[in-house]
Amino acid sequence: MSACLSVLRGVKDFMRDSDFGLRRLHSLLGILPIGLFLTQHLIINHFATQGVEAFNRASDFMGNLPFVLWLEWIVIYIPLMFHAFFGLYIAFTAKPNTSRYGTYRNWMFFLQRITGVFLVIFIAWHIWQTRVQKAFGAEVDFDMMADIVANPLMLAFYVVGIVSATFHLANGFWSFLVTWGITQSPRSQRISTFVMMGLFLVLSVIGIRAIFAFV
Amino acid sequence: MAENAVKERNEATAAKTVQFKIQRQDSPESSPYWETFNVPYRQNMNVISALMEIRRNPVNSEGKKTSPIQWEMNCLEEVCGACSMVINGRPRQSCTALVDQLTQPITLEPMRTFPVVRDLVVDREVMFDSLKKVKAWVPIDGTYDLGEGPRMPERKRQWAYELSKCMTCGVCLEACPNVNDKTNFIGPALISQVRLFNAHPTGAMNRDERLDALMQDGGLAECGNSQNCVVACPKGIPLTTSIAAMNRAASVYSFKRFFGSDHMVD
Ligand code: HEM
Ligand code: SF4
Ligand code: FES
Repeated sequence: MSACLSVLRGVKDFMRDSDFGLRRLHSLLGILPIGLFLTQHLIINHFATQGVEAFNRASDFMGNLPFVLWLEWIVIYIPLMFHAFFGLYIAFTAKPNTSRYGTYRNWMFFLQRITGVFLVIFIAWHIWQTRVQKAFGAEVDFDMMADIVANPLMLAFYVVGIVSATFHLANGFWSFLVTWGITQSPRSQRISTFVMMGLFLVLSVIGIRAIFAFV
Repeated sequence: MAENAVKERNEATAAKTVQFKIQRQDSPESSPYWETFNVPYRQNMNVISALMEIRRNPVNSEGKKTSPIQWEMNCLEEVCGACSMVINGRPRQSCTALVDQLTQPITLEPMRTFPVVRDLVVDREVMFDSLKKVKAWVPIDGTYDLGEGPRMPERKRQWAYELSKCMTCGVCLEACPNVNDKTNFIGPALISQVRLFNAHPTGAMNRDERLDALMQDGGLAECGNSQNCVVACPKGIPLTTSIAAMNRAASVYSFKRFFGSDHMVD
């Protein structure tokens, strides 16, 4: 019991001492690889708009990449788990105050955290419905998704999930540029706001078109 | 003639009162409660003159005698920061809060980001401790005369002057969603102070030490870019630009420290 506690205390001390590095890692992982993966994922899904065949071919290709297990763990699960759990910590240590300051940026701050928390639920559910079922022997193909979104509630859940993810990535990209000191001047930050709005729209259209292709 | 006009105006306004809703707290541990006051209106009055009126005649809106409100003030011209409080929901200085520009009832609360001492008095010591942590000064003491330092270009001095206007009032910390009892974040003002002292030609000789301090727990990385600070700062300090500038300095510094050679300062 006390050994357990002292290990926990050790972990906590380590986390506190390396807070700066962990937060920069959190920021980096949001773009590389998670953001890149999300973009790739939505584009592959977009094959669904070209029919069952096209989607199944693309999904077969991705599902049968060499070293696919390694790729999944190193490019997706480990970075995503770190980003998600550290993200929850960041989200729940903030005290949002949009009623006091209703500015655009303060709302973005709030929405970044709301979408992050929602994404934990959505992504866990999504992985359960697809990847975990594959491990149990199910076939990941067009029909699997079509079955899922045949339920209108599930379709709505997926639409909200996709838009949350594209928003979180686009707005996260904006703050990534600040976090690493790339956009400093108010002007560059303003321009980057517009660029990221564009990115949000483009990714959302791709994602939404893809999910409705299964309906 | 002029005197008559003043008299008339005073009579016209004498009946007018200003309503204040003040959040009070008797001691650091006791729980807060609200008390309302109707203060006779005077032309051009500010929140401090209203508080002085309550002190002169500490009677609340129910006509009961109460204890005078405690608050802090010093310069009365928005350069010391002592009188900061939350007025109508927003943190600002009470000495420059003109009653004519505020909607009533005017609510006054202490800045709860800091420990409340009594009523509207808070203890901002944490900010002064943080200033020490980030070494927000230019060290020139030694056992011999160090002579003149490098010159500062005039245009740079003018720019740095804007950053030096910070009065450690704490408004930007009160406005920040990431400065609270669950985090150790030192707050926007402190980050901007590092930028100020690192920009100073003599101060730059200890640049790495200040960056090191900023890269500790509770430092720079806890900023979440809500950008409330720059909206709230009464001195118009470009806090978010300072934060992004220090982010870049920290990126370059840690890159050099990891991959570079063994000289630290530049
Ligand atoms: C679709 C998957 C995700 C992607 C692509 C993604 C991407 C990003 C990016 C690029 C950032 C910006 C980093 C920065 O400010 O420097 C970010 C920030 C953040 N993410 Fe995620 N993220 C994802 C999932 C999550 C999840 C599941 C959470 C859990 C709560 C989360 C919580 C956060 C938080 C709280 C921030 C703000 C960090 C800060 O401003 O300090 N993210 N994310
Ligand atoms: S930066 Fe502005 S708001 Fe923050 S403490 Fe200094 S003067 Fe006050
Ligand atoms: S009394 Fe000094 S800022 Fe108000």
